[in-house]
Amino acid sequence: MAVTLDLAKPRTHEVPKRASTARSGQNATILRRRSLQIASIALCIGVWQLLVHARLSLGIITFANVPAPVDVAHALWGLLHSPKLPMHLAASLWRVLSGFCAAAVTGVALGLAIGRHRLLEDTILPPLEALRPIPAVAWIPLAILMFPSSELSMVFITFIGALFPILLNTVHGVEAIDPRLVATARGLGTGPLALYADVILPGAAPAIFTGLSIGMGTAWFCLITAEMIAGQYGIGYFTWESYTLQNYADIVVGMALIGMLGMGSSLLIKRIGLALTPWYRLRGEKR
Amino acid sequence: MNADVIEAGAQPRAATVGLRALTVDVGPPHARVSALRDVDLDVPAGQFLCVLGPSGCGKSTLLAAIAGHVAAAHGQIEVDGLRVDRPHPERGLVFQQHTLFPWKRVVDNVAFGLKMKGIDVAARRAQASELLELVGLRGYGSHYPAHLSGGMLQRVEIARVLINRPRVLLMDEPFAALDAQTRRNMQTLLLDIWSKVQTTVVFVTHDIDEALFLGERIVMLSRQPARILADLEVPFARPRTDESTLDPAFIAMKRQCLALLRDAA
Repeated sequence: MAVTLDLAKPRTHEVPKRASTARSGQNATILRRRSLQIASIALCIGVWQLLVHARLSLGIITFANVPAPVDVAHALWGLLHSPKLPMHLAASLWRVLSGFCAAAVTGVALGLAIGRHRLLEDTILPPLEALRPIPAVAWIPLAILMFPSSELSMVFITFIGALFPILLNTVHGVEAIDPRLVATARGLGTGPLALYADVILPGAAPAIFTGLSIGMGTAWFCLITAEMIAGQYGIGYFTWESYTLQNYADIVVGMALIGMLGMGSSLLIKRIGLALTPWYRLRGEKR
Repeated sequence: MNADVIEAGAQPRAATVGLRALTVDVGPPHARVSALRDVDLDVPAGQFLCVLGPSGCGKSTLLAAIAGHVAAAHGQIEVDGLRVDRPHPERGLVFQQHTLFPWKRVVDNVAFGLKMKGIDVAARRAQASELLELVGLRGYGSHYPAHLSGGMLQRVEIARVLINRPRVLLMDEPFAALDAQTRRNMQTLLLDIWSKVQTTVVFVTHDIDEALFLGERIVMLSRQPARILADLEVPFARPRTDESTLDPAFIAMKRQCLALLRDAA
């Protein structure tokens, strides 16, 4: 570990001096853009409030039953202080994590094998390709029949949703590795196992993280749908329950929570990916 | 320059390379053509051999075959009398476009061969740093390849091959993509390394000046399927400098090579 730290040191000396002067100008631009972006969001919320306030009805769409932003804020405040929220959150997070992790392990392992071996590509991939066009949501009835507990069936739906983006991106990443790098590694004395650890896995890592990030998004999408149909507890269930109980403000609170959770977890995956593949960003910098 | 690391006792001797009636076929199964046909060649241990030939004549195939990446259709390749059938770290190959691992820092790229031998991280990084110094890249160990220029990348590539103490160094137009000044610096560096390391060099190029500047011997290949057209001694004294390239003897030999190459194409 100490060696790694030593290696990182010299890099700090290279920051060119002109960077500090350029940076103040950059900061002003960034500030202006940020304030514009925030103003735009505020404007949208204002329009929403107005539409609801006017109870606008256009025939094909009506805002009569839509909760106002103020009501939603109240409902959110209430939910934040209620014991129900941690319960729903924990249920959803557990399902997403278990489904996603199972998909990540399966997808990456299968993808690494399929990407390297023509025989596996021709045997394992065709049945998976046949299943791929079926949206994960369409699996819900069958999943309920297949799994004794509704909990497991929801995890399965999440797994199916996340699996394909992870698998296909991994296969693509492995196949896109420069064959000259593989030949070079062999020439330098690399055995089959070390080839995976030192060349194939790092070479495919950027594509794998793209797949994981997309997979995390689809995992949430599938979970919410599954929860609305088969769930007890969970954010999706909460949102649907709010509709049946006519707590309309809570519907929007649920929607917002779903959006934030999905975005947050995808962002987390991206961050982890960037941290683990620092060399990947450099390629763009140079050109 | 500190060359202790490669002059240490464990340094193996340079190897002889022998091609025996070597024929190599390339291309897809339905359209296979012979890139090399019945090539016989003996390279004594420690020799600096340059291979010249018209572009597309099979020079690269020759190197890939010696490296063990391409199988012979007929005949065989022997290194120190042992038949070549697969790649081996003691035969180091350097390409025109670098093949460094973009995800490894420079020092870990150079140390890669030692990692594959199971040498621990501190020891292999220490050796890699010494080799980086030998190729003039002291202090660049912690950079990623994306941060380096083309000439620097080729230096790293050479260091990465040298760490395996190759008995044969195979170079496939390694400096062709560099600008003239950098190319001459790299050529001088390579000669300097060759004088310190006991290794046989097979250097493929289409640049007559480069072959005359570097080589002890030049083998001229014909168009595909390649055969040996000429086998020339390069008698110029070492160390060679820019001045040597203006010597009348040098120019006379360049003229001879040009004529041969014109006939070959």
